[in-house]
Amino acid sequence: MFFAWMKEFWEYRELFFFLVWRDVKIRYKQTVLGATWAIIQPFFMMIIFTLFFGRMAKMPSDGIPYPLFSYSALLPWTYFSTSVSLSGNSLISGANLVRKVYFPRVALPAASAFSGLVDFSIAFFILLGLMFYYHVTPGFGLLLWPVLMVPLIMLALGIGMILSSLNVKYRDIKYAIPFFIQALLFVTPIIYPTSIATERLRFLLSLNPLTGLIEAFRATILPTREVDWRLLGFSVGITLVIFVLGAVYFRKTEREFADVI
Amino acid sequence: MSSVIVVENLSKQYSLGMLKHETMLREAVVNLVKHPFTRSHREKDTIWALKNVSFEVEEGEVVGIIGRNGAGKSTLLKLLSRITYPTQGRIRVRGKVSSLLEVGTGFHEELTGRENIYLNGSILGMKKREIQSKFDQIIAFAGVERFVDTPIKRYSTGMTLRLAFAVAAHLEPDVLFVDEVLAVGDADFQKKCLKAMDDLRVGGRTVLFVSHNMSAIENLCPRAIWIEGGEICQNGEAKDVIRAYLSLFADAQRSGHDFTKIESRGGNGMVRYTGIEFIDAEGRPNNLVRCGDEVRVRLHFHAREEIHQPHFGVMLYSDMGTLVTTFSTWATGLDVPNLSPGDGQIDFKIDSLNLMPARYYVTLWLSSFGGVKYDHLDHCVAMDVEPADPYGTGKGMGRNFGIVYVTGKWTYGGAPGQKLAGR
Repeated sequence: MFFAWMKEFWEYRELFFFLVWRDVKIRYKQTVLGATWAIIQPFFMMIIFTLFFGRMAKMPSDGIPYPLFSYSALLPWTYFSTSVSLSGNSLISGANLVRKVYFPRVALPAASAFSGLVDFSIAFFILLGLMFYYHVTPGFGLLLWPVLMVPLIMLALGIGMILSSLNVKYRDIKYAIPFFIQALLFVTPIIYPTSIATERLRFLLSLNPLTGLIEAFRATILPTREVDWRLLGFSVGITLVIFVLGAVYFRKTEREFADVI
Repeated sequence: MSSVIVVENLSKQYSLGMLKHETMLREAVVNLVKHPFTRSHREKDTIWALKNVSFEVEEGEVVGIIGRNGAGKSTLLKLLSRITYPTQGRIRVRGKVSSLLEVGTGFHEELTGRENIYLNGSILGMKKREIQSKFDQIIAFAGVERFVDTPIKRYSTGMTLRLAFAVAAHLEPDVLFVDEVLAVGDADFQKKCLKAMDDLRVGGRTVLFVSHNMSAIENLCPRAIWIEGGEICQNGEAKDVIRAYLSLFADAQRSGHDFTKIESRGGNGMVRYTGIEFIDAEGRPNNLVRCGDEVRVRLHFHAREEIHQPHFGVMLYSDMGTLVTTFSTWATGLDVPNLSPGDGQIDFKIDSLNLMPARYYVTLWLSSFGGVKYDHLDHCVAMDVEPADPYGTGKGMGRNFGIVYVTGKWTYGGAPGQKLAGR
């Protein structure tokens, strides 16, 4: 059954690409700064965090300059948070299409999840710039980033599928999403390193699938850190579970979207 | 030839609770807490949008779907397009399907015409390569060559509509479902649409066409299905089905020769039309009206109080909705100074009814010279003009000759030296 689903999605792949392209185009049309918006969000967050957490609060950063410490995590985080927001709302914003056209509905949250990759790639260059500035030479670990993106995309899409189908039925989910993301920002070691957490807290943190992924993103480019493979494996496992749950729930409720939306 | 579309016992139920259903998560949670053991009551309020609908369509058939608003036609198309799913019954459709339930679906105003063509084409099911190959034809059809790289928010409504339709007109599916998309647009646009639909028919595609435009259905579809209250009322030759449908409709109107029972009307009601009669040249009330006849239109009314300077007006519409003519006491110069309370009547004598044989709809209005609206009855009576022979040649009277005819005489300025008559 899953196979049939994939086959149908493959038939509609062109529509999917058009939807991604449309999302990206619309985001930057008529904006003066155009593509630089992709860079501004993680970059400015990094600056604010550096000022307030790094300098004022004197947050330790495991021996790495704080800006690099936070930016290397903010980059995948920004991709994740915008993708979840967008895909959570994708069915509702695409309600007109859902009511009038047949296509595999998953194309909508999926398109949102993938359109964020364009921003991600652009902001990635800032990361390279920062590394250059702080004399950190990228090792082979950098090649691991595309690989690490796979579970990250799956996590965003899995959560996106759940949220978007819930959103069709219960419209107040729309308001819960930003709150949910805000909360996630703090329970993921982006602002702070896991090293400052107690043993107990560290365990709780590891339950968050983002923890393992974000830490791995960080570790692969910074020479002083090692990838925590066990934690990463655990996060990927949870990601897979969420993805499957999301897919099943979405598939189950898909039939009623056009009636309820 | 095996059927391309098979619909078996199709039924679709909507629970009204679905419409009133708790749409907020917090409500759902609260309900769960308050009544953890009772299921919600939505099972009780349901409507069957479609009930046991069954029919088959062969390859290459063009079938019109008619019916009143709310009969279930659009629901049927949605089910056939797999946008929603049956509650009971089965649907089987063979071949590549395209559904045109709306024109311009997915258009985004920030994108240019070119970009929207690709996006919309893809949404409608065309492959990128297909869109590329037909691109020039599409912009030519829409007539927007100069503006193809401007965002469509700068387009006029007409241009956007033409663009949307241009994309749709170049679809080449095996099976096409079209839902009343001809309802919008000017007459020119509608003509283009109809021609495109006809091309589909000639091209051997299977088409299901929902419309309220009976002439379009009659011209394009050899077969029609009439849906009423979620069920199939009649399924057969388009002419017969349309006639049956219209007569039901008109019967409801014909009793409107007595207007006292009509509730939905405009105006403040100080004076109301109570009836209408068509009187022939012999002075007898006669519903049979023919081309070229002398007809008296007699309007009966009832005034609740004394009315000053009323004006009575009659508008005639063709069945395509074109306003054919208006005659009113204001325009043709009869000033009625006062109406006393009570019943009354007013006649308009048409010397010679210059209309081609067809069905026309009558709209009546009553206002005062100062602009106060007393009564407005829209499309309240159907007037059938029967064929006659005003030219005396036995020829030239029919729908395809137009809406009106003119009386006159031909003269030919022939041999040299011969003066032209009437110069």
